[in-house]
Amino acid sequence: MRKGVSLCISALLAAMLVAAPGYAKTFRWASQGDILTFDPYAQNESFNNTFNAYVYESLVQYDKKFNVVPQLAVKWEQLGPTQWRFHLRPNVKFQEGEPFTADDVVFSVHRQLSKRSMTKAYLVGVVDAKKVDDLTVDLITDGPVPVLLRQLTDVRIMSKSWCEKHNVVDVQDYVAKEETYAVSHADGTGPYILKSREPDVKTVLEANPHWWGKLEGNVTEIVYTPIKSAATRTAALLSGEIDFVLDPPLQDLPKLKSDPNIKVIEGTESRTVFIGMDQKRDELLYSNVKGKNPFKDLRVRQAMYEAIDIEAIKRTLMRGLSIPTGELVTPQVYGYDVAANTRPPFSVAKAKVLLKQAGYPNGFEVTLDCPNDRYINDALICQALTSMWAKIGLKVKLDAMPKAQYFAKINKLDTSLYMLGWAVATFDAQDALINLVHTRDGKGDGEYNDGSYSNPKMDDLIDRMKVESDVPKRLALIHQALMLHTQDVAHIMLHQQIIPWAMRKNIVVTHSADNRLRMQWVHVN
Amino acid sequence: MTAFVIRRLLQAIVVMLVVAFVAFSLFQYVGDPVQLMMGQFATPADRIRLTHELGLDQPFYVQFFHFVVNALHGQFGVSLRIGKPVSVLLAQRLPATLELSICAALLALAVGIPAGVYAGLRPNSWLARTAMSGSLVGVSLPTFLIGILLILVFAVKLGWLPAFGRGDVVHLGGWSTGLLTRTGLESLIMPTITLGLFQLTLIMRLVRSEMLEVLRADYIKFARARGLSDRAVNFGHALRNTLVPVITITGLQLGSIIAFSIITEQVFQWPGMGLLFVQAVSYADIPVMAAYLCLIALVFVVINLIVDLLYFVVDPRLRVDRPGAAGR
Repeated sequence: MRKGVSLCISALLAAMLVAAPGYAKTFRWASQGDILTFDPYAQNESFNNTFNAYVYESLVQYDKKFNVVPQLAVKWEQLGPTQWRFHLRPNVKFQEGEPFTADDVVFSVHRQLSKRSMTKAYLVGVVDAKKVDDLTVDLITDGPVPVLLRQLTDVRIMSKSWCEKHNVVDVQDYVAKEETYAVSHADGTGPYILKSREPDVKTVLEANPHWWGKLEGNVTEIVYTPIKSAATRTAALLSGEIDFVLDPPLQDLPKLKSDPNIKVIEGTESRTVFIGMDQKRDELLYSNVKGKNPFKDLRVRQAMYEAIDIEAIKRTLMRGLSIPTGELVTPQVYGYDVAANTRPPFSVAKAKVLLKQAGYPNGFEVTLDCPNDRYINDALICQALTSMWAKIGLKVKLDAMPKAQYFAKINKLDTSLYMLGWAVATFDAQDALINLVHTRDGKGDGEYNDGSYSNPKMDDLIDRMKVESDVPKRLALIHQALMLHTQDVAHIMLHQQIIPWAMRKNIVVTHSADNRLRMQWVHVN
Repeated sequence: MTAFVIRRLLQAIVVMLVVAFVAFSLFQYVGDPVQLMMGQFATPADRIRLTHELGLDQPFYVQFFHFVVNALHGQFGVSLRIGKPVSVLLAQRLPATLELSICAALLALAVGIPAGVYAGLRPNSWLARTAMSGSLVGVSLPTFLIGILLILVFAVKLGWLPAFGRGDVVHLGGWSTGLLTRTGLESLIMPTITLGLFQLTLIMRLVRSEMLEVLRADYIKFARARGLSDRAVNFGHALRNTLVPVITITGLQLGSIIAFSIITEQVFQWPGMGLLFVQAVSYADIPVMAAYLCLIALVFVVINLIVDLLYFVVDPRLRVDRPGAAGR
């Protein structure tokens, strides 16, 4: 009898467990900053883009391996070097009921290309969108754009009629006095619907019951709370008030890992961190060397490279959470070349010899500019570098500052030696090469080449890859360019960051190399 | 009296103008919001256009002038970070900061004054000695450390109180209050203690030393000789005469509680004006920073005014002279 009862109970329990996925699953998470706006074109900030993607979808998306796969477009073909045709997914509705058609795509492309859009960069090369029929759209480019599909993963589609109805055809004007409807309302085709938004307090999203796709995860409600203070974030996770922290502080990791209710997963980020040098001016702005620029001499760049004990930085400052690298891009990025990933071995003696050969037996003075709130332990790494370079006779003065000031300074080229990190948004090496090593032309190329490195051979390789449609030929060009970057020591490479995510034991997520939490893969057990 | 108040309010305008001027002269060093808004891939042309539209390419005194002109029209611009009007943002955050600050001040007064009186009356009792040495902790520990310690004990170890946020709030007209819900009250406890502890110990030590001073005065001896009860002597005569410095300090401290709730608000993710300001600084959100600093200047001036008016209530000597002087 008693056995019968317990059998009954276990059957009941089993039934409940099976039924569990149908129950409401709330996922509460936090990170340092808040969502900025729900108008997907009004800010271009990585976290904001992540969050908007829960509500708004794009024509194409990445799978777990960063291959481009269909989202709102089911298939596409290239009709010519400057014309791409996209066949749209039928029977898709926006969250407020409007049917999704080619008009919405054309409208969204035009809106994103409009004057005040902050996200035009994702449509570089695109000049127009044309409706062919209700479910077919052509994108017209000004030349071959080999990375177009990758760019399109961040081109979110809004509803034309919704934007017209709420007077948000134009992107928000920050000079105006009013907020626009789209700042805190959203109407996408995506798996989650924006329910409530209180800036700096919390934002709640609910699963979209009419979504065309099927969630791989099981989250039915998302509650996002920004928690600015790192210690409080850790405490809230430990006390169970939140389920997931995107950016746990490194110093709290041992404590989190030792807690039986918490797990920490680590994944490599597609970002490399490196040091750039002014290689253009005839005399450095911040140095005691007069009449010449030591960084123009390859031997000086190599000497500084060899003086860096990157393993020591990994061991002590990064607590193991870095992968030393010698290549501009990481293995996750298309075009990565194993052969180009070499660093000169760490050797103070050899570095001293090189410096002597270059004519600086007693070293020189220079200022290193560094952010202190952008990359993991950025200012600490810079501090370590100054002491490592001191061993070969360089007197490096450290100037560390918050990112808001830092990037404004180095983008004006007001620097001699600086730290920079680069995550390749398109997961194609071309983007890093164009921005970081192409000669700066003021029109977009070399926009982050803050040391003004310039090599005609490099420019030629990059200009050719930009328009090369033949896949193997283009890959060869990328490999050559990356190899040249390594050989030239265009930048002194440091490492690839490893990003830890911390969560309660019952949470399953998929770590992404772009540090974006993709909600459709989150499980709450 | 009215003339006095009007004069003070005019001074407030001058103070706010000076604060705004100094603020704008510093804003050119806070960084470039355009960089943060457009991300790393914006074209140079777009970046220059937005910088120009926002007026960031103008000298600071021109930016200051535009700010003043707009402010006179009641326009404070929109936040560059979250795209909402600054006046709306500040109005939404004000209740959170005021509730927290007033609770902290009340806690400081409600515990600080009795404790100070007790320590003044019985300076050698063990309770007074414990309170006095304990108060050293409150004076010397930095606010954020107290906050983190409280969170570790009451949120992480014991799980009694929430680690962050304001709990559920009820909207009464334009005012959002956390005082009417259970979670709201629970959320208020730790931030209130964190923010009020310093003022509490300060008031306690101040009242104690003032009491010790006053109790030696002749009129207290005389009052005792008249056979008045202890209660009447201690509270009616002694405490009342200690209150002028206490009111001054409490008033000034209330201003700084509001202004410096920044740290407490950050530790507890308390959605008040201080947190808004911290977020604004890290995003170089100039419209929010400018409006916040002016508002805080106004708060200080108004509190000083209220303190001055309170002197009239507490100190009869001021009341006797003033009406005659003002009547002429």
